[in-house]
Amino acid sequence: MLIVVQIVLVLAVALGALALMRGGQNARHQAVRRIVLLLFALLAALSVFFPGMLTAAANALGIGRGTDLVLYGLIVCFLIFMASSFQRTRLLEARITKLARRIALDEAPRPEDAAGPEDPARPGTGP
Amino acid sequence: MYNEATVVGSVIAELLQTFPNVVCVDDGSSDDSAAMARKAGAVVVVHPVNLGQGAALQTGFEYAVQDPELDAVITFDADGQHRVQDAAAMLNRVRDGEADVVLGSRFLDGRGDVSALKRLVLRTAAVQSRLSTGYRLTDAHNGLRAMSAEMARKIHLTQNRMAHASELIHQFSALEARVVEQPVHIVYTEYSKSKGQSLLNGVNILADLFFR
Repeated sequence: MLIVVQIVLVLAVALGALALMRGGQNARHQAVRRIVLLLFALLAALSVFFPGMLTAAANALGIGRGTDLVLYGLIVCFLIFMASSFQRTRLLEARITKLARRIALDEAPRPEDAAGPEDPARPGTGP
Repeated sequence: MYNEATVVGSVIAELLQTFPNVVCVDDGSSDDSAAMARKAGAVVVVHPVNLGQGAALQTGFEYAVQDPELDAVITFDADGQHRVQDAAAMLNRVRDGEADVVLGSRFLDGRGDVSALKRLVLRTAAVQSRLSTGYRLTDAHNGLRAMSAEMARKIHLTQNRMAHASELIHQFSALEARVVEQPVHIVYTEYSKSKGQSLLNGVNILADLFFR
């Protein structure tokens, strides 16, 4: 029974790692992320086979249980994720703003064509 | 403007009696604001999606500066809360060369009739901008402004939402613009009251100021 759970967990970690390996923009960031990910996958796999290892590490750090150590790690990872996704959202918003503004300006009549209160339906003079 | 179809037509018609060129930025309205504004005689620049007030201002600036004959820019809210005669007076101060930028203020002569809590929020924002820019402003979030064409060309707002008002003042400060305030009266109609910024927005304004 134990070996089944262990295999399932290792497979889950491996699949998650693989999924995260793909994609990304900046080459350096991507490399760093992949290294961190490899380490994480290695640690996760090891902890499946040697559950005592986490507790030992936690004790060495002055934290009671191994699960607490995992929880703290999770909180840190979550905050980093929040920060990076916030950053990405801002970049994305800036891009959308530029794009939408370009469209808005291109579709509006040029000031020299629009000047004066005469017929607003007057067609533009072309490019 | 964003969904102002009921008022924008009369606001633009009134503006056109004094100013020859009115540009109206439609920030992705879902009603027929754009058509109303066009019918009233404004040039309408339409954001395909809603981006926020700061983004709309920047679009307006970028549209206006395409015109080589531009000599000044006035920003004027589409909901009819500003008075055209205030805008005209502010424009004259810019044209006379008295200042590069004239900002409207509700508090300069103590006639702004806003609630105590809202006043506190706006005052705090003003004090914060005084500390960080050196300008002694009494009202940092007034939508009525007049500036020279040169200033409009140099402004690049990146804050899409409410924080653009303080961002604008910071950029004026970085450009070493001569900024003065002009007392203006805000027309609190039933309509503008029903649409006005809620006080909760004050929380956003303050958070934007201190956690930029």
